[in-house]
Amino acid sequence: MKPILLRARGEENSRSINTYLRLGGYAALKRALIMDPADVREEVKNSGLRGRGGAGFPAGVKWGFVPQSTTRPRYLICNADESEPGTFKDREIIHTEPHMLLEGIIIASYAIGANTAYIYIRGEFWTEAEILERAIAEACRKKYLGKDILRTGFDIDIHVHRGAGAYICGEETALIESIEGKRGQPRLKPPFPAVVGLFGCPTVVNNVETLACVPHIIEHGAEWFAGIGRDVRNSGPKLYGVSGHVEKPGVYELPMGTTFREIIYEHAGGIRGGKKLKAFIPGGSSCPVLPADRVDIPADFDSVAEAGSMLGSGGIIVMDETVDMVWALENLLTFYAHESCGQCTPCREGSDWALDIVRRIRAGHGQPRDLEALERISRHASQGMTICPLGDAFCGPIASFLKHFRHEFEDYIARAEPLPPKKLPVLPVRSDRGPFGI
Amino acid sequence: MTLARTRPLTVAPPDTLADVSFDEAMEARIEEILAKYPTRQAALLPLLWLCQDRWGWISPGVMRAVAARLDLAPAHVAGVVTFYTMYQTTPPGKYLLQVCTTLSCQLCGTSGLAEHLREKLGIGFGETTPDGRFTLLDVQCLGACGEAPVIQVNNDYYTGMTPEKLDELLDGLQ
Repeated sequence: MKPILLRARGEENSRSINTYLRLGGYAALKRALIMDPADVREEVKNSGLRGRGGAGFPAGVKWGFVPQSTTRPRYLICNADESEPGTFKDREIIHTEPHMLLEGIIIASYAIGANTAYIYIRGEFWTEAEILERAIAEACRKKYLGKDILRTGFDIDIHVHRGAGAYICGEETALIESIEGKRGQPRLKPPFPAVVGLFGCPTVVNNVETLACVPHIIEHGAEWFAGIGRDVRNSGPKLYGVSGHVEKPGVYELPMGTTFREIIYEHAGGIRGGKKLKAFIPGGSSCPVLPADRVDIPADFDSVAEAGSMLGSGGIIVMDETVDMVWALENLLTFYAHESCGQCTPCREGSDWALDIVRRIRAGHGQPRDLEALERISRHASQGMTICPLGDAFCGPIASFLKHFRHEFEDYIARAEPLPPKKLPVLPVRSDRGPFGI
Repeated sequence: MTLARTRPLTVAPPDTLADVSFDEAMEARIEEILAKYPTRQAALLPLLWLCQDRWGWISPGVMRAVAARLDLAPAHVAGVVTFYTMYQTTPPGKYLLQVCTTLSCQLCGTSGLAEHLREKLGIGFGETTPDGRFTLLDVQCLGACGEAPVIQVNNDYYTGMTPEKLDELLDGLQ
């Protein structure tokens, strides 16, 4: 497949508006602006475009939830928080063609009737925020942004809003809280953001890659987009980010539904040092891990779900035969224990508690009942027991590591020496930080 | 050309930040920020960034000034500052060395780098060298896993790091 989203990778000045225009950029916007917004939404819905941020919700359907008969302002938010470990594709889009993202944002705003859009970008992406600011300034000068763009009467402003270091702000309601100037703690749903979102107004939150697909759908049509990939439920080009133990880590743009084998062995050059594949996490660290024998499944939303995991963001973390899976789970739990916002007890306490147990197992002081305790935590902190999916995000790894690599945990426990009783942790405690992360 | 391309942070000493006010240039920036949002509270994160760029960290005095400027409760501002990991609540060194410690970077050898840094600088995570040049931090995923291992110094990413590249980088950061 010829690259679509990353077509300008490696090209000189690919970030400038002149290059973008030369490659046919902003033609889709001109076309969209003479369409009825409802037709734009319909076209995106028919393309089968599903959210690329992790949840895989159909983008056109999400847009359709915005009430059309409202007098309140409507907002579009581009989620560029990219905080899921193993995910680094949105950064690639911003580095390659920021104007593709801007065009997608403008079209999406037009489709839902928003006149203000915010790009929420993680605080660490300072360089990327600068790239976007420059692109916005260029687009303003050429009248693709601002008042009455291209003399169509449509007004649209895009503002970049920098986060400040919080994984949870990738969750859409936490992100909204963060733009409003609060701690990034997720809101209860319903009401969904499409009805009550940013500043209490109808809001759509879409991922960078999702929005970057939009101009291509408008330009080439829904049918063309649906024709790329496995079927209309798993359509379009997909950016797969491969990291970990591969020869050539990086972002690869391939049709949705390419097998993990092809992605890992053909595009990413295979396992580093000729070693054997042990396991891979298919779509960012919160997706359940899969053992090497599942490498032949297609990397699309439905196939990965059937295999018991999620396509998530498409960030594939590859682990070779040398990896200690107890260590890997400890690393992931360290992340989630650090990033839990602290709002819901099962997640706040469960993530710390699970981390303490796994740490103790690895330190050689595991007990046979520890695995049962881990399973209990993973049952009680997931599937609707918390406000947002961060509970599921750390429980998925626990359950899947225990399912596929239980023997490694049992081996540790079999070799374990009991801890002197006085050192046994009585209550779950923050293991790596003091209160408030200080 | 040397590897290092990062400029040092301006770090204001604590006694100068007991009671702060915004100069004209900052006021102009604040007005620009406020124009982007329908509420004053929404300007909080950008205004905190502005202050951290100016003074290197967010002191209690800065929090009070920000709260007053945006008509917010100082406790709300303090709550926000401490929620987000990137706002520094103690004066950092001139260079914030942020080592990514999450899975993809670990698989590619971050622990070796962290060990190397600890030995070379004689400090652990969360500490600053006595000369005030470096602060070493362990951070969670920086979102550049394809170029692991990654270290962020102030605003800049340094990717594909090795102990040798690290030495070259540290020598370049004066």
